[in-house]
Amino acid sequence: MTMLRVDALDAHHGLLHAVRDVSLEVAEGEILALIGANGAGKTTLLRAIAGAHPPTRGRVLFDGADITMLPAHRRVRKGLALVPEGRRLFSGLTVEENLLVAGAAARPGPWNASTVLEVFPLLRERRHALAANLSGGEQQAAAIGRALMTNPQLLLLDEVSLGLAPVAVETLYRSLQLLIERSTTIVIVEQDLDRALKVSSRIVCLLEGRITLEGRSRDITRNEVTGAYFGLRGAKFAEARVS
Amino acid sequence: MTWINQVVQGVLLGGYYAVLACGLSLMFGVMRIINLAHGDLVVLAAFIIWLIVEQSGASPFVATLITLPVMALIGWALQRGLLERSLRTGMLVPVLTTFGLAIVLQNAMLQAFGADMRALAPQIGDLAFAGWAIVGEIHVGQLSILIFVAAVLLLGGLHIFLRRTAFGRQIRATAEDADVAELVGVNARATFAAAAALATATTALAGALMAMRAAYDPYSGPVQLIFAFEAVVIGGIGSIWGTLVGGIVLGVAQSLGAQFHAQGFLLAGHAVFLAVLAGRLLVDRIRSGEGLQRTLGLDS
Repeated sequence: MTMLRVDALDAHHGLLHAVRDVSLEVAEGEILALIGANGAGKTTLLRAIAGAHPPTRGRVLFDGADITMLPAHRRVRKGLALVPEGRRLFSGLTVEENLLVAGAAARPGPWNASTVLEVFPLLRERRHALAANLSGGEQQAAAIGRALMTNPQLLLLDEVSLGLAPVAVETLYRSLQLLIERSTTIVIVEQDLDRALKVSSRIVCLLEGRITLEGRSRDITRNEVTGAYFGLRGAKFAEARVS
Repeated sequence: MTWINQVVQGVLLGGYYAVLACGLSLMFGVMRIINLAHGDLVVLAAFIIWLIVEQSGASPFVATLITLPVMALIGWALQRGLLERSLRTGMLVPVLTTFGLAIVLQNAMLQAFGADMRALAPQIGDLAFAGWAIVGEIHVGQLSILIFVAAVLLLGGLHIFLRRTAFGRQIRATAEDADVAELVGVNARATFAAAAALATATTALAGALMAMRAAYDPYSGPVQLIFAFEAVVIGGIGSIWGTLVGGIVLGVAQSLGAQFHAQGFLLAGHAVFLAVLAGRLLVDRIRSGEGLQRTLGLDS
């Protein structure tokens, strides 16, 4: 069943046309990876889906309902949550307070402060620390935990491994695996191509705001993705490497 | 003994400044708006209380309770109708907006109530002048004590509200990052409007206390604004307890200044304000790595 449908979406940052005529669908239980270079429009697309960035054209449908005009906090109540790029915790609040702010408007569901701390054990002993004093990995775990507190049907994860130590990324993905097993639908932006291909069931590649490649993760080769990533045709790219 | 007395009186005066500054501090801490109409809202609240007392013969304390939700509603409407729109354009437009609002309020009140001085002192009986002797020559006014207690209760209550309750947590989160607050399900617009209502409701209390302790007219607002602003800056912007401390420091400075010289009251207050401001800038520059010598221009 289609959970999210993006229909011919355009979004601008002032004069910059960041997302161009993007249409995509996410089915229930699916893990979709969004891939693309810096500035390809991944973050803007996620923010437009979450309601944090008003699109200039097109529609966003969630669970069959048109939510294009809905403010972000109302989308959260419908079951859409975004973990923003750069984590953006409320730094003057403790870890627990960060979770509870998100929990206040939560839909009924399995997630609450104690189940979140179960999935992210590294946060348990830090729950009374100010978010500003956490390490990068702890902050990212708290940011994901905060989004989970709203009991989302669809979780949008923007660059969760950005700026983290490899060990922290490993820990994080082990926790994410738990979410995946609990059949949460996820759209993930990930720069690490191998990881993106491994964790996702389907990938969408963006280049300068447009979709250049789309397919099931296991059918797509690394070369095809690299070509789409840099705007080269798969074949041409292969030739270029040979010569 | 005279000096001790001046300090005691200054601390009590500081309680009044803290009540006055509380709403200003909250507006700035949450919405990043420097509300230049704050003093005039305090005067407006005083006029509303005075009007209720005049018309119905109710006690000023009952009239204050009635005025609290009225001012809250005015604050909500201001945020929704005026400040929210002006905030979209950056920092400067809200300052100009509240400056314009201040002028509108002053002249509207002059039109409605005339230029006469008013006071609520006659309506509160003995409380206006009665006092207690503590030790030796030190007497404290009952009204001053009442104001100080009100200040501690108001600021302490606000502090607990912001730190301990779910709604307080929501206000702090939205103040820090409204964009992200929306993304975790908080209605940022409604939260800001509620915070503005809360901040403006405090002007009812400030207005009542102002009218009980002194006379006021439609143009009394700007002076109240200056005292409130100084208390907020001395105490540290956005800190609730800091506002109480700032009010007390300002009150003590003014009170001691008046002991030195008849003109010293205002002068000493402004001097402390400027000294704290200069001290902060100095500390900031030293912390930012410029070093003491360069900051003071001694290295050249």
